[in-house]
Amino acid sequence: MPKDIISTQIQAIEDVNNIFQIPPSTARILLQFFGWDKERLVERYYDGDQDRLFEEAHIINPHKLPRQDSNTEHKEMTCEICYVDYPRKDMTGLPCNHRFCRHCWVSYLQSKIMDEGTGEKITCPAHQCPIVADEVTISHLLQGHPEIQARYEFFVAKAFVQGNKLVKWCPAPGCENAVRVNTVEARPVKCKCGHAWCFGCQQPTHEPVHCPTLKAWLKKCADDSETANWISANTKECPRCKTTIEKNGGCNHITCRSLNCKYEFCWSCLGAWEPHGASWYNCSRFDEKDSMQARDQHSRSRVSLERYLHYYNRYHNHEQSQKFEQQLFAKVDKKMEEFQQRGMSWIEVQFLKKAVEVLCLCRQTLKYTYVFGFYLRKNNQAVIFEDNQKDLEMAVETLSQYLEQDMDSATGSASSSSSSSSSSSSSSSSSAATTAQATSNPTVLADIKQRVLDKSQYCESRRKVLLDHVQDGYEQGVWEFDAAGN
Amino acid sequence: MAGRFTRRLQKELLDLQRSPPTGVKLEDNTTRLDQWRIHLTGADGSLYAGEHFVLRFRFGNNYPMEAPEVVFEGPNIPMHGHIYSNGHICLNVLYNEWSPALSVQSICLSLLSMLSSSPEKSWPPDNDTYVRRAIASPKQTSWAFHDDTV
Repeated sequence: MPKDIISTQIQAIEDVNNIFQIPPSTARILLQFFGWDKERLVERYYDGDQDRLFEEAHIINPHKLPRQDSNTEHKEMTCEICYVDYPRKDMTGLPCNHRFCRHCWVSYLQSKIMDEGTGEKITCPAHQCPIVADEVTISHLLQGHPEIQARYEFFVAKAFVQGNKLVKWCPAPGCENAVRVNTVEARPVKCKCGHAWCFGCQQPTHEPVHCPTLKAWLKKCADDSETANWISANTKECPRCKTTIEKNGGCNHITCRSLNCKYEFCWSCLGAWEPHGASWYNCSRFDEKDSMQARDQHSRSRVSLERYLHYYNRYHNHEQSQKFEQQLFAKVDKKMEEFQQRGMSWIEVQFLKKAVEVLCLCRQTLKYTYVFGFYLRKNNQAVIFEDNQKDLEMAVETLSQYLEQDMDSATGSASSSSSSSSSSSSSSSSSAATTAQATSNPTVLADIKQRVLDKSQYCESRRKVLLDHVQDGYEQGVWEFDAAGN
Repeated sequence: MAGRFTRRLQKELLDLQRSPPTGVKLEDNTTRLDQWRIHLTGADGSLYAGEHFVLRFRFGNNYPMEAPEVVFEGPNIPMHGHIYSNGHICLNVLYNEWSPALSVQSICLSLLSMLSSSPEKSWPPDNDTYVRRAIASPKQTSWAFHDDTV
């Protein structure tokens, strides 16, 4: 949370203060200079040349501050920015002792923060003075200017997160939180906003696949998927020279335009054209031997493309399903109310919400198992992995059906209250009919509850089995990957 | 421009009219506060001794928080390694090193000293390419200050 970000900084600053006995504002600048790496700062601090350290961080050594001469405090001096005379005590400045009037300081800070967009490393306004303004002075000067102050604090927090390896912004859109870890590693974290993501690559949590593999996959998808889909749907290859051909109209008699080929064939059966004679629009030779052979070859050359599409489509399906999560949550909320009206207690209906959470989690995992599977080379463990995947997939689909359809039939409200997505399946209509008659019967509700509970527990345990198996495989080095995904 | 800063500019104007530094002279008929012309005279003993140059200052609404736009104007542009033949000046205090504690006078003095320390009269090596591409205001150029010695 933004507030916690600040308190984390304050904690780090206090730690340094306790060691060095320097003002907090100085400690902050030093820490920022060292990317909030306390150990490195302490090391440098006791490494000898402290004066040089302060000089490099553009601050005045607080142990060597020049004394203020109190006799001159009431004398007037000219502000070098607005050229107006003020009593010296009304002027303000940094330890470098360049003083300016408050109005000019505020204008200066406003110009730096609002126009130039800098928060850290605002230097003294004097020409060629490298001394950095500390946070305390700036905050003090900006009192009464909440807009500038807020933006300044935003920059300070941003610089803190960017300069600190152990803290990263939550990637969820509109989320202003940052997440802090104790050690830098790629692992799933969960933000207070509810978004679960990977600290390594800031993608949504992607077990069981590792960051680099996911990155390769996402790149492949961005490059390939649409093109590959289109090629698969709209083209065939010349049976002789393998040039990809798009048929955008006309009859089945195709003449390959490839310069050295000129092969004439039938688009429908992929056999040679000659025996077709004059039947340009209908092919009656689909089962002839030569055309079957040609199609065989054709399909083999499509295998790798089809394989990719197989994994991509399943990955994509789960991704699409995830997008309906929010809808499902809303729907289940309504169901929970209905169940309560039918005599269940609030506690008793919580299982529904839990089941949706399990469903979402399992879909997320399943989605990434297809990325894992795509790059995985076949071996015995891979077969087990695929069995686990299949098992989880089936369980998830069943659970999904319970939640999306059977729930409606149980309360008999499918047609009246829900959109088309809930009652569209004709396969479940028979069970809907039987259960709809018994809507008021509490044993039906109890039965549904039991089924959902069992299935979601099963899904949860299967998900764990799958992830553990993959993790063990990583540790024992049994997984072999193929970068090309063949 | 905030009222305080208009007063600052008026004071700068008055100072320049009353007690200008050697070699610096404000054009007599200066009426606009946001655009001034200042005549520089090359310092004695320098390569530009006795030569006259005209500087044009333009002050934005944010002066002195933002640097003024300063260019040489007229038929006589000083031939100098940091001054382009279209009048644009490569001087860090006019751009990223500007400080609100600087002033018109301090810019003029910096420019005079820049002229005085020049060892030879020649345009910058990239003069032709720069002048061909340059936009009207030098403040739009991203300057790289490759040489601090002159």
